[in-house]
Amino acid sequence: MADAESLFAALAEDVRAALGEGEAFTLWYSAEASEFIRFNRARVRQAGQVRQATVSLKLVRDGRHADIGIALSGEPATDRQRLADGLLQLREAIAQLQPDPYLLLERDPWQRVLANAAAPPDSSEVLAQIEAAAHGLDLVGIYAAGPLYRGFANSFGAFGWHAAQGFHLDWSLFHANGQAVKADYAGARWDAAEFASRFADARQQLEHLGQPQRVLSPGDYRAYLTPAALEEVVGMLSWGGFSARALAQKESPLQRLYDGGSRLSRLLDLDERASGMLAPAFGPEGIPRSDVTLVSAGQPAGRLVYPRSAREYDLAANCASAREMPLSLAMGAGELAQADVLAALGTGLYIGNLWYLNWSDAPAGRMTGMTRFATFWVEDGRIQAPLGTMRFDDSIYSFLGEHLEALTSERQLRVSSSTYGERQTDSALLPGALTGKLTLTL
Amino acid sequence: MFDRARQHFAALSTRAGFHSLRLVRQTGEHCMLRRGIAEPPSLTQDMGAMLSVRLDGVEAYAATSDLSLAGLQGALDSAEALARRIAAHGLVDLRGLEPPTGHARYESPGLHGPFPGLAERFALLAEVSASVPADSRLVNWVVYLDQQRHEQLYLNSAGAEQWQALRFVYPGISVTAFDGSDSQTRSFGGFGSGQQGGAEVMARLGFAGAASRVADEALQLLLAPNAPSGATDLLLMPDQMMLQIHESIGHPLELDRILGDERNYAGTSFIGLEDFGRYQYGSPLLNISFDPGIPEELASYGHDDEGQPAQKEFLIRDGLLLRPLGGALSQWRSGLPGVANSRACNWNRPPIDRMANLNLEPGDRTMAQLVGGIERGILMSSNRSWSIDDARNKFQFGCEWGRLIEDGELKGVVKNPNYRGVSANFWRSLAAVGDASTFEVHGTPYCGKGEPNQVVRVGHASPACVFRQVEVFGGAA
Repeated sequence: MADAESLFAALAEDVRAALGEGEAFTLWYSAEASEFIRFNRARVRQAGQVRQATVSLKLVRDGRHADIGIALSGEPATDRQRLADGLLQLREAIAQLQPDPYLLLERDPWQRVLANAAAPPDSSEVLAQIEAAAHGLDLVGIYAAGPLYRGFANSFGAFGWHAAQGFHLDWSLFHANGQAVKADYAGARWDAAEFASRFADARQQLEHLGQPQRVLSPGDYRAYLTPAALEEVVGMLSWGGFSARALAQKESPLQRLYDGGSRLSRLLDLDERASGMLAPAFGPEGIPRSDVTLVSAGQPAGRLVYPRSAREYDLAANCASAREMPLSLAMGAGELAQADVLAALGTGLYIGNLWYLNWSDAPAGRMTGMTRFATFWVEDGRIQAPLGTMRFDDSIYSFLGEHLEALTSERQLRVSSSTYGERQTDSALLPGALTGKLTLTL
Repeated sequence: MFDRARQHFAALSTRAGFHSLRLVRQTGEHCMLRRGIAEPPSLTQDMGAMLSVRLDGVEAYAATSDLSLAGLQGALDSAEALARRIAAHGLVDLRGLEPPTGHARYESPGLHGPFPGLAERFALLAEVSASVPADSRLVNWVVYLDQQRHEQLYLNSAGAEQWQALRFVYPGISVTAFDGSDSQTRSFGGFGSGQQGGAEVMARLGFAGAASRVADEALQLLLAPNAPSGATDLLLMPDQMMLQIHESIGHPLELDRILGDERNYAGTSFIGLEDFGRYQYGSPLLNISFDPGIPEELASYGHDDEGQPAQKEFLIRDGLLLRPLGGALSQWRSGLPGVANSRACNWNRPPIDRMANLNLEPGDRTMAQLVGGIERGILMSSNRSWSIDDARNKFQFGCEWGRLIEDGELKGVVKNPNYRGVSANFWRSLAAVGDASTFEVHGTPYCGKGEPNQVVRVGHASPACVFRQVEVFGGAA
């Protein structure tokens, strides 16, 4: 896939040349050449390589439009034929459709090209380092690496290209008692010293997990959420929370925030970032991404508006993709130094990760979920014991609202390890959060 | 494409002792109307192949969408090279694991029957959408119809050749009502109730006539009080039993979880290897089967994705845990009997232990008897929220629809019905199981698991069931 950009540009030209009178197109390209190595008990459980490329082609004519996703082979003549066949299918489809009253096409001929040419890590060397570091330990997780490509072109001259090398090691270390600590290491260039440092941190936490487990009763507790735990919470908010369409349809979990009935803490600022994060500077719909302030001092400040929503609800479109979800969410830093977290917590829970969150009453902002991985009971600013998994059930307007006491001054870039369908480029820049009350129920 | 793949496979060369090819073509069509306006249809055409090798006791794979002979040979070479690199690091020594050799063909029911064209589908959706009544409180309604086809050819160097062609149909409706503060959504079918087949799936599920009832129920929920809190008897309808079976029986019985593969992502299990044949999972009324034999159920198939023939097996009988959900490799690793459930979501992901059709066998009570046997309780239907710990023990689930039960009779509607419990105790409180008249087939295409991540289709069929003294609660609003 060394010349993926020129292959994509040639495909876009083929589509352009094949268009009939009055037709327009958009073309999104997504490809990767990935190596996946899966570990269990510090040994390789499963390993493989995946080379895949797909395009999503939209054909527009007379206000009618339809989309088709096509898997590409990487062989130009074959792919040219697959796109030609796809174009025919779309022509047949849109002939059967009514005009879309909410169609809004981006017509600006923008250009964005970003190519990171870093060499991929040598997986044999990485494997050796992981095995050496994990010797005698129970490590489980996955190493994913290789180039990712995203491209966009349309009838109006827009062209975007994003090529990035990357790796992501996402792992856990398990204590013999079943407790575990989770860590990750992601980037463009593998640095043995950086990996060793992160591994040593995880190993140190593992030692705390060997102490007898504390069992808590349901009730209200002070709690510190690490950036990894907070990522799960904001991940839930991202599902429709800031979506212009969900808000208009009264289906957003942040409906009461945007309608003025509820407030988040004044400490909270949330932005969708177009630059400085990992996602491409453009989306599948062909819109260059821009910064959007979503929440400012706990008050709603903006929403993510897909062009179709803009047309339907008479709003200004911004960088949003069709799902109107943030891709690069940044929460503003606070003033609590990381080194002072345990002292500020005093007595309560240090929650390393949360897991399997869902809404128990979405309109009320009430969510539930489980603690997972390194979660500790803290007394008088000192870690006392690991905790068994506990369920919380509480409103975001409480634990991130009136009871939010502080955010850390240091933030962590949380890189998505999701590989559903393809390796993802989402990320979130988050502090840790100290709350005076989190309700545990089971 | 598939005939050419057979020829290419015969021409491939490798020094590995065993190799296989799994070629997949998936197509799909998604049609949807929102508030009566058609959204642009979305079509998919996906195809690719996974080549796997076993060499020096380890296995490696390479997946490619280049289906030429050179493309397949290149992938096979990559898999072989990777296997050599990891040979000294493997968790499991596969030498001695016998490969499958069977020849078979399997097709969905109604695969070749007619299915409405695009224009007809949109006309049908418009008709369904138009039956949502005009009411200013109904702020959103969506009707949709998805059709997906999955064709797969599995070949291996031991002589196996298995062909499967499946079609999945998902008709769905969702209606949201809003009163200025609270919103309530009621839904029908969709991605919780898909089935294999053709146009008959829509008729079987009653899609055409459902929208007005769904809308009416959304409005009823808006006016309803919150579900009460406290311990009470719980009657779960089949569309919620599906989720209950899935999360608190299916996932904990996946053998790869028990063997630790999933501890970094999907989690572990409160069940251990030593529990099979001994552990009383539920009351004597609990009978759970792995059943690939209900043709319309989403995960009915002839062979799993590593070539093992699928047949019905009881995982739990009379409440006693008998066997896990583990494919041939996990059976090899654990020494336990299993089922043919080694499955992959597509050509670009390797097979792992997955749920397939996991069903609760019918009992002997009619719906009237189930309700009549409850003095104080609540009926819950249609899952909308699910959360469970990584060992699949502490759970909390929420439903769209609740009805109080008093003195053996159904009473008023309640909104935001939720319940929580612990798997290890919950199934022991199973007090009554509905008969075949209450039995329904459900399923979802969105069961997530694995590293790299995969979503697969799973089917769950169940009667309505009664559980004693479960902790229930309502919403905060």
